[in-house]
Amino acid sequence: MNRFAELLDRLAYEPGRNAKLRLIAEYLRSTPDPERGWALAALTGALTFKHAKGGMIRALIMERTDPALFALSYDYVGDLSETVALMWPADPGRKPKSAPTLSDVVKTLSTLGKAQLPAQIARWLDGLDEIGRWALLKLVTGGLRIGVSARLAKTAAASLGGMQPDEVEILWPGLTPPYLDLFAWLEGRAEKPSSRDPAPFRPPMLAHAAEESDLAGLEAADFMAEWKWDGIRVQAVAGHDEHGELVARLYSRTGEEITRSFPDLVEALRLPCAIDGELLIMREGRIQSFNVLQQRLNRKAVTPKLLAEFPAHLRAYDLLAHGDEDLRGHPFMERRARLEKFITKLNDQRIDLSPLIRFSSWGELTAARADPASAGADAVADAVEGVMLKRRDALYTPGRPKGPWWKWKRDPMIIDAVLMYAQRGHGKRSSYYSDYTFGVWTKGKNGEELVPVGKAYFGFTDEELIQIDRFVRRNTVDRFGPVREVAHEPKLGLVLEVAFEGLQRSTRHKSGIAMRFPRINRLRWDKPPGEADRLETLEHMLQRREHATLAASGGNYG
Amino acid sequence: MRPEDILVPTPSGVCCKPGGFHIDPTRPVEKALITHGHSDHARAGHGAVLATKETLDIMRLRYGDKFAGRTQAVAYGETLKLDGVKVSLHPAGHVLGSVQVRVECGGLRIVASGDYKDVADPTCTPFELVPCDVFITEATFGLPVFRHHDAGGEIAKLLHSVALFPERAHLVGAYTLGKAQRVMAMLRAAGHDKPIYIHGAVESITRYYQSCGIDLGQVELVRGANKAELAGHIIICPPSAMSDLWSRRFPDPVAAFASGWMRVRARARQRGVTLPLVISDHADWDGLTATITATGASEVWVTHGQEDALVHWCQTKGLKARPLDIVGYGDEEETDVTTSEAEA
Repeated sequence: MNRFAELLDRLAYEPGRNAKLRLIAEYLRSTPDPERGWALAALTGALTFKHAKGGMIRALIMERTDPALFALSYDYVGDLSETVALMWPADPGRKPKSAPTLSDVVKTLSTLGKAQLPAQIARWLDGLDEIGRWALLKLVTGGLRIGVSARLAKTAAASLGGMQPDEVEILWPGLTPPYLDLFAWLEGRAEKPSSRDPAPFRPPMLAHAAEESDLAGLEAADFMAEWKWDGIRVQAVAGHDEHGELVARLYSRTGEEITRSFPDLVEALRLPCAIDGELLIMREGRIQSFNVLQQRLNRKAVTPKLLAEFPAHLRAYDLLAHGDEDLRGHPFMERRARLEKFITKLNDQRIDLSPLIRFSSWGELTAARADPASAGADAVADAVEGVMLKRRDALYTPGRPKGPWWKWKRDPMIIDAVLMYAQRGHGKRSSYYSDYTFGVWTKGKNGEELVPVGKAYFGFTDEELIQIDRFVRRNTVDRFGPVREVAHEPKLGLVLEVAFEGLQRSTRHKSGIAMRFPRINRLRWDKPPGEADRLETLEHMLQRREHATLAASGGNYG
Repeated sequence: MRPEDILVPTPSGVCCKPGGFHIDPTRPVEKALITHGHSDHARAGHGAVLATKETLDIMRLRYGDKFAGRTQAVAYGETLKLDGVKVSLHPAGHVLGSVQVRVECGGLRIVASGDYKDVADPTCTPFELVPCDVFITEATFGLPVFRHHDAGGEIAKLLHSVALFPERAHLVGAYTLGKAQRVMAMLRAAGHDKPIYIHGAVESITRYYQSCGIDLGQVELVRGANKAELAGHIIICPPSAMSDLWSRRFPDPVAAFASGWMRVRARARQRGVTLPLVISDHADWDGLTATITATGASEVWVTHGQEDALVHWCQTKGLKARPLDIVGYGDEEETDVTTSEAEA
């Protein structure tokens, strides 16, 4: 447990992806089985046991410390698990001979009754140091939240054997903790574990972003086009297990299983297949915007009410397997034809085809992309992000091969905003002010004032970063920890051209508006801040969108 | 005689009226006893300064030759008579030359501990327990969440990271007086024999430590090194330099910080630290409470830090305890005033 705790501790502070990979790989390389396997399970979210509640942890510490000292400490530290980890009284008389191993902890937790849990946790805490106790409490209360995705942990594991992460990903659904067979294979001590999984994840094929200039060199007739939906990409897979029972699963594009969050969609998968498609919310035959989908994604508990209010829908755009037949080696045209037949046969409202866009020239496609509704997209404008171009002869190749697939997004919305606050970044950017809060003008109590409307930390070049950083340092008017307030007056300040993909109402922001995917498009050194955009401009953009949404959905949903 | 008749806490420090002196005054006074060289305790402009030779040397390095009207070097354990008050200085184990001040008058013994730690430090004389009736303690880490443990483990963590990321530079933020040199000495004790690089603001104190016979191995200035050759090395700098333009000269730096504050995650994150090292020159909770008990004092005055918790603890142990509201202590660590001394 101590080594695992040290790893979690280090990961919690480390912002860099490559450094995280190195830390995890080094841990896996130097830790014996089965301990490292349980660690990999913890990092990939593959452990299942009933989590302990905060109240129980609080009760444990209250029995052991002076309540006034606990209150002062909790107030200072601000986090219950951390406070308990730090102030747990180490009594040498109670300390067990050896600290618990992660394997002990995981095995015990999966069998222990609720009544025995508090005493067991106390015994473990007695045997660990501050970092060990912190890690244990994170583990037993659920959710490590240390900025490591399952994909990252698997990538680190794959690197042990010099493998690509997708090779581990393909095997993953068939593996169980503590993954002895996986490590034996990665270390060259055994054959590759066979994937007996009836519904495995298949690494997805990804598209390159296209500019108009990319299209110039391409032949329109070689391509088919679809709408690019603003949902989340998923893989829906079903297959028969050794008992002949149908197993159906839903995966995110990174291979994380999300079956349990979408029972309404999974029950529609009644035939063996592997569908590549977009997860969306469909209400009365209308696709909803990403904002609506996000409301479902944000809820943890899957209740009947949630299922009724936010019905999940799969818009299919590719068929990777049908029955036992792998279709990935066939051209897209063929797969598309197979998909159309399959969807007809499946005959379920919750799964439909992503329609093709008819076009014979790039000009026609450009027009469709600019105005999806008039080009036959049945949905609200917000649900279409742009168009996807797929070569008719493209095989389904995992990764991001250049050429066969293009995503061509709609032009973003753009405003001119004024830089208000800047915050230092992390890692390589740690000495640069690289996170920017910007605002637009509005009439306030004291006349014209700037109100913050968003935050962006990319979109600029390294050279521009240096320029902005210099501007921030020279024009700082106040400091709050790592944040600097930058001069923002009508005649003094920096105007940022900000591009974004959408707007929504927000109670969290003073302006009442939140941007989706904002980034710095251009630096407007030429523009005086007084001429930057006003909040009314954003209000109009938002109202136009809401109006379009209302019209398209027949007025049932706002 | 009451303790308050001997030592009076005032907002600018503790004053000994019968002896005619102040201890670590935060404003200029006639006669000052200085416990150690950190800038929040040792200020320039007093009429006379009494301190250890090391503390006087450090004040001279920081403030120049005219930092006080007169100076008097006092050895550990030497007893002085100041207007009928018996005064002696005893090692506090905080930084080189740091002391506790023992004051005796009318049979009453008071110890003003300044800043102290009760654990080993290769760069200074170990803390001496001085029995007394009234103990004046600091409370920088006066909460039971602060337990520092063996600093050697933290040095091992740093060296492990250097081995794991040999292409990166490890920037260790450390207060320029005491912590910086202690970290270097501990790295040497752990067998690290590569040159250690330092920021210019750390130089004068480090050279002074070396001149006192403290072996820090090969210490080089960052100023003379190019970016590529700093990969795989440890660089010691004032904490504020880590977020400065200065840090751009290093290859993909790992930001480490050696401080007792690193025990609390939010503190480390606020500073953008990715490798927190819990190494403190102040006593932790266990050190504070054990020292208070061991002095045999029946009354405890708490000067700066987390006074509330320590006062509460004393009261639960049947000791008379009160916080002293002295303004200005603890500033060196919080704002790290010395970093403006030199950009290097």
